[in-house]
Amino acid sequence: MAQVAAEAPVPKRQQIRPFNVVARFAPVLFLVVLMIGFSILEPRFLTPLNLFNVLRQVSIYGLLAIGMTFVILTAGIDLSIGSILALAGLVAAVVAKGGLDNRFSVGDGSAATGFGWEVAALAAIGVGVAAGFVQGLAITRFKVPPFVVTLGGMSAFRGAALLFSGGGPVSGFDEAFVWWGQGKLGPVPVPVLIFVLFAIIAHITLSYTRYGRQIYAVGGNPEAARLAGLNVQKIILSVYVITGFFAGLGAFVLAARLNSAEAVAGTGFELTVIASVVIGGTSLFGGTGTIFGTVIGTVLIGVLLNGLVLLDVSAYVQQIIIGMIIVLAVAFDTFVKSRRRIL
Amino acid sequence: MRQPLLQMNGITKSFGGISALRAADLRVGAGEVHALLGENGAGKSTLLKILSGAQSPDAGEINLLGAKATFNSPQDAQRSGIATIYQELTLVPGMSIAENIFLGREPGRASFVDWGRLVDEAQGLMSKVGLEKNPRILARDLSVAEQQLVEIARALSMKSKLIIMDEPTAALSNAEVDRLFDIVSGFRDEGLSVIFVTHRLEEVMRVCDRFTILRDGAFVCEGDVADTSIDVIIRHMVGREITAMQRRPAPAATERVVLRVENLSRRRGAEGLNAMALHDVCFEVRRGEILGIAGLVGSGRTETARAIFGADPFDSGNIFIDGVSLRPTSPQDAIRRGIGLVPEDRKQQALFLSQSIRANLTVTAQDRVSRLGVFIDSGAEDTLIAEYRKLLRIRMLGPEQIVSDLSGGNQQKIVLARWLALGPKVLIVDEPTRGIDVGAKAEVHNLLFQMASTGIAIVVISSELPEVLAISDRIITMREGRVTGEVQADAANPEMLMALMTVDAVLA
Repeated sequence: MAQVAAEAPVPKRQQIRPFNVVARFAPVLFLVVLMIGFSILEPRFLTPLNLFNVLRQVSIYGLLAIGMTFVILTAGIDLSIGSILALAGLVAAVVAKGGLDNRFSVGDGSAATGFGWEVAALAAIGVGVAAGFVQGLAITRFKVPPFVVTLGGMSAFRGAALLFSGGGPVSGFDEAFVWWGQGKLGPVPVPVLIFVLFAIIAHITLSYTRYGRQIYAVGGNPEAARLAGLNVQKIILSVYVITGFFAGLGAFVLAARLNSAEAVAGTGFELTVIASVVIGGTSLFGGTGTIFGTVIGTVLIGVLLNGLVLLDVSAYVQQIIIGMIIVLAVAFDTFVKSRRRIL
Repeated sequence: MRQPLLQMNGITKSFGGISALRAADLRVGAGEVHALLGENGAGKSTLLKILSGAQSPDAGEINLLGAKATFNSPQDAQRSGIATIYQELTLVPGMSIAENIFLGREPGRASFVDWGRLVDEAQGLMSKVGLEKNPRILARDLSVAEQQLVEIARALSMKSKLIIMDEPTAALSNAEVDRLFDIVSGFRDEGLSVIFVTHRLEEVMRVCDRFTILRDGAFVCEGDVADTSIDVIIRHMVGREITAMQRRPAPAATERVVLRVENLSRRRGAEGLNAMALHDVCFEVRRGEILGIAGLVGSGRTETARAIFGADPFDSGNIFIDGVSLRPTSPQDAIRRGIGLVPEDRKQQALFLSQSIRANLTVTAQDRVSRLGVFIDSGAEDTLIAEYRKLLRIRMLGPEQIVSDLSGGNQQKIVLARWLALGPKVLIVDEPTRGIDVGAKAEVHNLLFQMASTGIAIVVISSELPEVLAISDRIITMREGRVTGEVQADAANPEMLMALMTVDAVLA
């Protein structure tokens, strides 16, 4: 650029504005305020036992929310995860019990009759991945909107779970299986460790890999992504496989925690999970959001529910409060974005 | 001029500091078919939006039948007898012809629609415009030409005195154009006025009584069509100083053909009714050469670029890169063979606006900044960004800055850098400087010269004739999906290009 050699004027470094900092960490701040509030109102709240209890409770939602974050980043949605979870959990349970004939056998289902937890876990994840793949194909090949495909999946997989279970729960697994839901490593419940491990893997994937970049690109502007040479359809298909994977993994951990799997498991999970992701700042329009935000959103809902239970607030009122918080979170996000543009 | 119906005086309008209209005038008589002419960006659309109440002027006044008029909304303009038929038709596809004609003004009592009257009155209006259809047929089942007739019937139903038609013939066949012109001539006989916007100058000679020419947002001249010629009109449309733009220095083109396009064709309607068909498009570009494609909006220039890039399908024809055939089914195919495309609409088609410069710049060149093919190597990424920041003089705070905060010129440089990082053989740049201020324009032009001198074959598509003339080595013109001419840039002038772009028979 010899003709234009003069140094270009560089704009002044942007100032750090308190408003922006507050806006960025709003979910964290809200969580902290909530925890301080609950611990003042209810001394039982801020005990290690209770806090680990909260984390154990949210870890299954959290696993599902990690998958959901991938989907929502592409401006998609997956309503079927609760149903996939039920089906995958039953398959895992039946595998652990050694087949359909033995599924109602009582007892700890010792390894003599069934397969080990490894096979059961793989079966659950396999069911989840397959279900996600089928839905992803319908979305990318036949151009059916994700909302419709997964609404259909929500019904179909639940039906499949009911059909497969024959109505009753499948209970009683061996100790090694149950450890994945009820065990502890030191003071930390195993499900919490699984959640944290996969949150870290997902964070690295989204922030530090090419695939992660591609997901943000497809969500931010699918046409621009296509014209930049990305295989948009393949990327969209992949995120539904990922939610399927996490639904399968969540199914295994849930079955282990309850020492039981049943066809009605996971009913309504999709709404709580979508709420966690949205409260964590991921935009339903795609392209912006983080796993960190999702973790915070998940914990926030867990803390809120736990605190309300400790304070003896009725379950009905809890639902009302959760609903209002979802709307307020998105309203706040919209407000912050409009402010950012003005500033 | 006959009895004046409409007078617009000194209309001025600017958008965010860029002036679209600078004291534009328009006078239309009663019972007159009036052509509003000008290049892309001359201000025709803005003037008509102001007249139809969609936008309000910063200054200037509108007189209708001698009285001052102010339109705050399209409804205001309609009530005053001004109806607009946009190029993009505005019918509700799932409603019947009759319902569309009387949309929002259904005959009936209280809130109830009188269906019998609705259909009868619609039938009457439809026969006036020569639409022989059942009024109960849904709008989506009509052809584009028939939909247009429904819009005209709607304009008549509003007892309009003035009907504005924005490029009404762009999507019509010859027979349909004849029918439309019969209807327009009928309006003249009934004392209705029509403002007609078209890029086809022979149509102006055929159907219009008077014309007004705008250039760069200002009034140039008006007159009787009978007293003028296409040559004169063209001269007034393009007659501007082009010394402001820096001419390409010594062309570095070689003899080696990098991109050859043979008989590229596509039938109409590949995606959507308004998609241009392409007919036997042929051209070639050599190593280090800048080929300009001049054509008006809808001439098929963007469609040609997208077909070569694999963004849209085509039916027949051949594309060769370095003599080897390419039949792209997706942009990936074209990119692998060394083609890059800077699309015409930067914000909609190129950028991830809410994301960082980092994410935007390296999206195509991930191979260059990754480890093990999986992980992003942010160190390599920083180096790459720093390299192009310096080379392209991108004014930015740092790699994490959000691209929507950058100026148009710097955004365009990000998109150019994205392709340069891949080392392309062919770079197609559609509207390289749209929405970019004058200083940045020269910079982008210099960058294109620089890229050509490194051996990239560049195809530049532009609506601005001075730009095409200044930066190209060679220019082809397109019109209605066909290549209509080819000239060396130093032997070309705006009048000659405009004639090739607008007139059937080559006048140049």
